[in-house]
Amino acid sequence: MSVRGLSFYRDRRMIFQGLDLAIERGKVTAIMGGSGVGKTTLLNLIGGRLAPAAGGVAVDGQRVAALSRQELFALRRRMGMLFQSSALLTDLSVFENVAFPLREHTRLPEPLIRDLVLMKLELVGLRGARDLYPAELSGGMARRVGLARAISLDPMMVMYDEPFAGLDPISMGVITKLIRELNDALGMTSIVVTHDVAEACHIADYIYLLGEGRVVAEGTSAAMQASAAPEVRQFMGGLPDGPVAFHYPAGDYLADLLGS
Amino acid sequence: MQTRTVEFAVGLFVLAGLLALAMLALKVGNMPMFGSGQYYSVTASFGNVGSLKEKAPVMLAGVRIGQVGHIGLNQQTFEAVVRLDISKKYDNLPVDTSASILTQGLLGEQFVSLDPGGSQRYLKNGDKIRVTQSAIMLDKIISQLLYSKAGH
Amino acid sequence: MDQGRGIVGHVRRLGRQTLDGVARLGRAMLFLLRLTPGLPVLFTRFSLVIQQIYVSGVLTLIIVLVSGAFVGMILALQGYNTLVRYDAQSSLGLLVALSLVRELGPVLTALLFAGRAGSAMTAEIGLMKATEQLAGMEMMAVDPLKRVVMPRFLAGWVSVPLLAAIFSAVGILAAYVVAVSDLGLDGGVFWSQMQSGVSVTNDIMGGVVKSVVFGLVISWIAVFEGYDARPTSEGVSLATTRTVVSSSLAVLGLDFIMTAFMLRGL
Ligand SMILES: Nc1ncnc2c1ncn2[C@@H]1O[C@H](COP(=O)(O)OP(=O)(O)OP(=O)(O)O)[C@@H](O)[C@H]1O
Ligand SMILES: [Mg+2]
Repeated sequence: MSVRGLSFYRDRRMIFQGLDLAIERGKVTAIMGGSGVGKTTLLNLIGGRLAPAAGGVAVDGQRVAALSRQELFALRRRMGMLFQSSALLTDLSVFENVAFPLREHTRLPEPLIRDLVLMKLELVGLRGARDLYPAELSGGMARRVGLARAISLDPMMVMYDEPFAGLDPISMGVITKLIRELNDALGMTSIVVTHDVAEACHIADYIYLLGEGRVVAEGTSAAMQASAAPEVRQFMGGLPDGPVAFHYPAGDYLADLLGS
Repeated sequence: MQTRTVEFAVGLFVLAGLLALAMLALKVGNMPMFGSGQYYSVTASFGNVGSLKEKAPVMLAGVRIGQVGHIGLNQQTFEAVVRLDISKKYDNLPVDTSASILTQGLLGEQFVSLDPGGSQRYLKNGDKIRVTQSAIMLDKIISQLLYSKAGH
Repeated sequence: MDQGRGIVGHVRRLGRQTLDGVARLGRAMLFLLRLTPGLPVLFTRFSLVIQQIYVSGVLTLIIVLVSGAFVGMILALQGYNTLVRYDAQSSLGLLVALSLVRELGPVLTALLFAGRAGSAMTAEIGLMKATEQLAGMEMMAVDPLKRVVMPRFLAGWVSVPLLAAIFSAVGILAAYVVAVSDLGLDGGVFWSQMQSGVSVTNDIMGGVVKSVVFGLVISWIAVFEGYDARPTSEGVSLATTRTVVSSSLAVLGLDFIMTAFMLRGL
């Protein structure tokens, strides 16, 4: 999968300008960057939910923006996505949520669907919660159900938007291992969006650091940890001061407080 | 909710809706269930039919035996020609039966009332009723009454 | 956006609202067109439609039954009161049946449906949008227009004519009970007068045509407003209100137009 010269605007505000990155098949790639830098937006561009202003995204050799609706849906069938907000269907139980893609896209017999769903739920440790409804789940549990759903069709590529947010250290360890194992065992391509530096370095083969609409730094996790570039140091070390701004662009603070 | 219960409830709902429609069509409206084969038609000419409408009832001794099929104008005599569709059940109306247009209540609907005569021959399809009495025009009677009062 | 104060501001706002309204109508039209490829859902995923008929039709049945019975009884009392002055109370059945079948059945059912089921449809779809459930479906290669919107639209469309027929039938039965047991009219006259005056082709079919049109329009407005809602709590609540208001106005306006056409003989 590759992104070439991608530009994207929200209203008139630039989100991406000439973004280039390549994601290798069968590898775990982490995408990091400050809050609001456009990581979720990037995933939506890859999934074809947003159309770029210039440049483009190619997945498995197909240019996403040029696909017809049908071709796009065929492509998405081979992609899994874990939403930042989980986006579970609130009127279906946990079991039915995970079964949803199977029921929509396959004509498997009921016992087989049951087995597949229970296997995925077992992976995320929620087999016992199958009859609960999304409203009855904690944030971390919802995240894990979303993960089980994202992989229920055994896709060739999975995009995880903040898979670790809201997870306790134990689940975090299990999920990290799970992503790695799914990747290695099934040959999936994984894109992990995260803020969690330690986890990212732990599971990712390759890391992209985004900032100001482009790639600020990239490299293998070892290279990134050793990097001397100021942006990378600041992000990896979690330092408040540095070239990456913590604040959303705004006018002068003092002037704002004192009124115009 | 169990799928089967839902399906059952929806099935009942659709049945109830169709039943209601059937009731409206059969019990409330006059579905032309019996085609023209069930009727025979006779005509009657009136000087004035008042507000008689097509489909108005044709009654004999207060019993509904048919309905007004068509109202037309004879352009030679300038009389209204009314076709009466009478149920085949009542095929023994004497030929000297007379027809009059009456009103139900003071302002009610107008209908055709038949008065059987004494003849041994019976009306059949296409016959003409000779003795008729036109609709009573209330406003005419009232104005005549007023004029006659004024004449005194 | 601030359009300024005073008359100029008012005129600007008015102009803006008019333009917004026209744009909204256009979007609704396009939405209906985008919806049509989802029509085969009726055959491929009939169970989804059944599910939604349950939600919008069966659950609206109670309010329709109760309202129908009350309206029928009120019509009987009021109609009797008027007719008896002209010694024409034998026409009570006819009066009740015509009022219900031609006007009150389709229109009142449509208004009740808009308030009870149409608003719920909008809120549900709007919330699914606000909570990213629709986006989630899209990413799972499931078309929300086919999976979520179309079944609701079809179910609403089918439900309204059935509900309207039930409303009229129950109303007439209730009027019959009041007329015979309370007002002392003869049951046979009640029915025979009705049958001689109500035409199946004009009156009853006219009522059915009306309710089919109402069902289409309300369901259309409801799913469109839900799908078009701003994905926030306020946006959803606004869309719900708009569904009830616009579909009620649309029903009354269309009723006037259709009645004018029908009475003049199409
Ligand atoms: N629907 C939208 N309309 C307008 N602007 C938007 C919309 N969604 C996101 N944005 C803007 O786009 C920018 C990128 O948003 P995005 O959600 O991609 O950030 P992110 O990198 O995922 O942040 P986080 O790590 O906090 O999830 C943000 O500045 C946001 O203000
Ligand atoms: Mg995000």
